[in-house]
Amino acid sequence: MTPRSPHTAPAAPADLAERRRSSPGSPVHQGASAEAAILGAARGARRRTERRVVIVLAAALLVVAALSLSVGSYSLSVPDLLRTLAGQGTGAENFIVLTLRLPRVVLALLTGIAFALSGALFQTVLRNPLASPDIVGVTGGASAAAVLGMLVLGFGSLATAFAAFGGAILVATVIYLLAWRGRSGGAGGIAGYRFVLIGVGVAFMVQGLIGYLLTRAQLRDAQDALTWLVGSVSGAAWPEIAVVAVGLAVLLPIVWMLAPRLRALQLGDDLATSLGVGAERNRLGLLIVAVALAALATAMVGPLAFVAFVSAPIARRLAGTGGLSLVPAALVGALIVSAADFAAQHLLPGGLQLPAGVVTGAIGAPYLLWLLATGAAGGSGSARDSTEGIR
Amino acid sequence: MTHPEQHTPEEQTAVPALSGPALSGPAATDPAATDPAGHAHHELRAVGLGLGYDGVPIVTDLDLEIAVGRLTVIVGANASGKSTLLRGLARLLTPQSGVVLLDGTDIAKIPGKRIATVLGLLPQQPLAPEGITVGELVGRGRHPHQGWFRGTTAADDAIVADALVRTGTLDLAGRRLEELSGGQRQRVWIAMALAQDTDILLLDEPTSFLDVAHQIEVLDLLLELNRTRGTTIVMVLHDLNLAARYADEMLVMRAGQIIAAGPPAQTLTVETVRSAFGLDALVIPDPVCGSPLVVPIGRFHPAPTPASAILGKANLS
Repeated sequence: MTPRSPHTAPAAPADLAERRRSSPGSPVHQGASAEAAILGAARGARRRTERRVVIVLAAALLVVAALSLSVGSYSLSVPDLLRTLAGQGTGAENFIVLTLRLPRVVLALLTGIAFALSGALFQTVLRNPLASPDIVGVTGGASAAAVLGMLVLGFGSLATAFAAFGGAILVATVIYLLAWRGRSGGAGGIAGYRFVLIGVGVAFMVQGLIGYLLTRAQLRDAQDALTWLVGSVSGAAWPEIAVVAVGLAVLLPIVWMLAPRLRALQLGDDLATSLGVGAERNRLGLLIVAVALAALATAMVGPLAFVAFVSAPIARRLAGTGGLSLVPAALVGALIVSAADFAAQHLLPGGLQLPAGVVTGAIGAPYLLWLLATGAAGGSGSARDSTEGIR
Repeated sequence: MTHPEQHTPEEQTAVPALSGPALSGPAATDPAATDPAGHAHHELRAVGLGLGYDGVPIVTDLDLEIAVGRLTVIVGANASGKSTLLRGLARLLTPQSGVVLLDGTDIAKIPGKRIATVLGLLPQQPLAPEGITVGELVGRGRHPHQGWFRGTTAADDAIVADALVRTGTLDLAGRRLEELSGGQRQRVWIAMALAQDTDILLLDEPTSFLDVAHQIEVLDLLLELNRTRGTTIVMVLHDLNLAARYADEMLVMRAGQIIAAGPPAQTLTVETVRSAFGLDALVIPDPVCGSPLVVPIGRFHPAPTPASAILGKANLS
């Protein structure tokens, strides 16, 4: 019989057997350590890149925060600002920085993180760059509920926040149930593209509802509602911030714990299951966390357009490591919201003071166009979607 | 379920010579002897298995025992249920009836992560996130062995590196997956499956979309894996001749049933080809290694005399 290639395998079997015995737990075997070192080095390089991006983003965030705290009708120098933050300011400085400006900056930061992570989870779990809570109608649901509360039920700000939170959860549940396809043969489940399509449809429905409510309202009430609908971090107060902070303190560790499963889910449902990550169960869990993040942020500052949508893709392009880049995404989100708020307050001509949502929307729309224009060229987003469609 | 270090004396003396002449014969793989790694042998069985989608049964009342430590190939016509069967064995489909047993336990009752250390599946079209590097992708195969507080360790790196070396993809470790050719990509996916380090590996058409040289490369790789590590391999293949060449055991499927099982020489016959594919064919010994070689006969190319005699078939009318 003619010898076949496996018989003349490159590595001597005894060596392979030897190497196999050094599997989990035992010290790394000499034979494999050189190659393993290459891998470790590659991973180290990826981590360094990501760390560099994180440092740059954090520095930018610090600059924007410092500007937001010091610039205004009463401007402070940097030493004055530091002194005030250290608790040594004059009465006026304390009031302006600690009571008026700091809550606003902190709220922008926290809600930016929440929106960005929510978008990152949605887009990754549903494997679709269009799947973000502001596109699929989750924040729209929050808006509709908030407007309903304000205009019809006469809710105050606290009740409106609760209504918004509930609206987001309700709409997300409806989309999930509509996207669900029970398969008696296998585990039932949702397909990413179905969720997105149904979500876009639902988004239009809630927009219709909002429009109806606005046209029926008194002019003054409608204006209040519109301000809420654009989204703004003005009027931030410490109790609200505490709520967001507590929410994030609960949700962020969950995101951290679920991140490895998210990485498995990125490889498709079959492979995820094969790696021991039950696709549908984990997708549901991750979506619940993502919806909670979006609902939390929307309840506090309104639906700041496009923050959830653009943060993760921007962060991934910056990091360029092919990883999840959740920390850079969170920082990008915080940066977008705080920079947008600063721009809306101080940078627009004519001394107009606009809600931050106006600016985020103005950033987001061109980004969407850019994504559509470049996606066709080589972005695997489109390729992946079509794969999803076929399956 | 994780691999207990069971070293029997035979195993300590490493692998018996790989270049035995009996490689393709049924006697080649005495399971105890082909396990250099000291892995526990896991057995996969289906009893009265019924599988389907949306209530439409595709596989019905199927009994099957996967040969431990052997390379099994499932063949059959389109829609004969081979991929469905593979998905059922890999717990991607919940049985409509019957059970899949892993070491005698219903697979539905074992935690997913524990199964994932024993049984891996490479789907036909896995997805990869944009921009992912080969090294990171293969590293994700280690997921079942990692926990919340146990990230990537040096041992993981060693196993991933070993998987890259075996598949000849170490040089590609820093490259992005989308830059690679189809053949390279398939080797990377197999490397990921190897990094998962399971005793049983299921593959759904691992050679589809590859040219013939890459097909051979991938199949050689899998055979080598089977022979050197004793990994039980079950794969679906379309090419009957390659299936016959590489399989220890062959399962021929038709309409959700296994109509022939056993060594290729016994299963791949004129009758089974006609029955499974509705195709008349010659079956001759493969000049390379003697396994059955299926030469299809179409409507326009009459078979030479021996086959006509065998088939008792009139020539083109």
